[in-house]
Amino acid sequence: MKVEQISIFMENRPGALEQVTGVLSKANINIRALSLADTSDFGILRLIVNDAATAKKVLQEGGFTVKRTDVVAVEVPDRPGGLHSILTVLARHAINVEYMYAFIERSGENAIIIFRFTPTDEAIDILVKNGFSVLPGEKVYSL
Amino acid sequence: MIYNEEFEALPREALEALQLKRLQHVAQRVYHTVGFYRKSFDQAGVNPDDIRTLDDLKNLPFTTREDLRDNYPFGLFAVPMSSVVRMHASSGTTGQSTVVGYTKRDIETWSELMARCFAAAGVTRNDIVHNAYGYGLFTGGLGAHYGAEKLGASVIPMSGGNTKRQIVILQDFGPTAICCTPSYALTLAEAGAEMGVDMRSLKLRVGILGAEPWSEKMRLEIENKLNIMALNIYGLSEVIGPGVSMECAEGREGMHIFEDHFIVETIDPDSGDVLPPGEQGELVFTTITKEAFPLIRYRTRDISRISTAPCRCGRTFVRMERVSGRSDDMLIIRGVNVFPSQIESVLMGIEGLEPHYQLIVDRVETLDTLEVRVEVSESIFSDEIKALQSLEKRISKDLKDYLGVTAQVKLVEPKTIQRFEGKAQRVIDKRQI
Repeated sequence: MKVEQISIFMENRPGALEQVTGVLSKANINIRALSLADTSDFGILRLIVNDAATAKKVLQEGGFTVKRTDVVAVEVPDRPGGLHSILTVLARHAINVEYMYAFIERSGENAIIIFRFTPTDEAIDILVKNGFSVLPGEKVYSL
Repeated sequence: MIYNEEFEALPREALEALQLKRLQHVAQRVYHTVGFYRKSFDQAGVNPDDIRTLDDLKNLPFTTREDLRDNYPFGLFAVPMSSVVRMHASSGTTGQSTVVGYTKRDIETWSELMARCFAAAGVTRNDIVHNAYGYGLFTGGLGAHYGAEKLGASVIPMSGGNTKRQIVILQDFGPTAICCTPSYALTLAEAGAEMGVDMRSLKLRVGILGAEPWSEKMRLEIENKLNIMALNIYGLSEVIGPGVSMECAEGREGMHIFEDHFIVETIDPDSGDVLPPGEQGELVFTTITKEAFPLIRYRTRDISRISTAPCRCGRTFVRMERVSGRSDDMLIIRGVNVFPSQIESVLMGIEGLEPHYQLIVDRVETLDTLEVRVEVSESIFSDEIKALQSLEKRISKDLKDYLGVTAQVKLVEPKTIQRFEGKAQRVIDKRQI
């Protein structure tokens, strides 16, 4: 039920992002979702791509520091209070959201949000038990 | 003004006779009381009895910082601990710092030397001395304190830091003399101006500044911003602390070395050969009156030049010009001595860090800055910002705790630190002093 995310360490400087997209583009990797967290001097680029293994390999070969992390893709009702309903359940069970970002594609009538939880497995259990739709990786990569 | 006319203006011939007598005495003493010196003299094939003229000093072996380190903490003390009344230590991690001891008489000697320095700057018992050198293991604070007291001046024991409070005291107490590092003098000038204080109209008249490299340009800036006369003082804890040499207000050209207590030589740092006066080289000091921690031919690594030209102040002591550099890779950052190898050992103490780092030393406005760049390897990389930020904080804290230096830590992408012939350039010193 987990989705593989790759994160890349980047310095905060002109051209840093362009080098990453260049490597991915050459390897024919399609970016499905992304988020960029930044501080004054460095950033972490987080990506969901169609082929995480290849992406990691080509980025490492390109000299980047890369890490694979498990994140969770959850379908969120696309209406007022949709996200709130998920967060309420998680808060009740003391699950921490480290970060989250939205997926570009929709799944039918629903939006998709990528979450990084601690702890991950427990979060998935709780969401499923409460009737939320957690998307498997294969589905997400090919959306 | 001369504090001790009898010694400071001793004719050269009498001074050299005194030096020889004291040198012979100290050589005998270390040979018979300190195992390290007995061994090093024996290895060099010299005996204290062989010293018949001052020129024979050159036959004695050098003592290096490594020797001090190897004998950490008390291996080079020449008196029993019961005779030691004070210890100081240079910055550095345990085992890499150097510890020095003082007997009661050493403290008296040192106090007199510092009193001579204040007098050379025109300070008298009627002055109030604002002492912003750090108090503690560092020799600056207590050294200046005892000297000013010995002279009879009124001492404000400020120590370093807390700049706003210092400015308030500079206004309220009206000190006429200040002791601190040159960069701190500028910091005070600028912080005061920001607080709306006219720093030129304070009662300050003279600054006794040292413990870090500075320049004539900085001197002019300090003198202009604080409306004082800025004088250069030199010393190092191994030799005694501040008060090894001092510029006189009359000459203001080179620092008089107190030769009745120290013999100075200039050597070629590569060959170790003694150079004639006037040639630039590494300064080597022999202490000839110290009891607890005598040093024979100590290599300071400081590059300077000795002038034997007479000075208008009347002192007969030779003068050294301001230190222009170091013959090793030691960095002096805001008065703290740091070797890149010490920084490396702190970094290596953090799990997952690889030895890919670079030190960028700069001077922003008036303060030295140290930036430590560390390449992010996969073992320390995280997808969470907070984990990387806490790593940065951890590195800064360790550097502060172990070495006493404040460093800005910057994580950089792998392989971005320039490498020359496979070897990284570890230190980039951008300071223009």
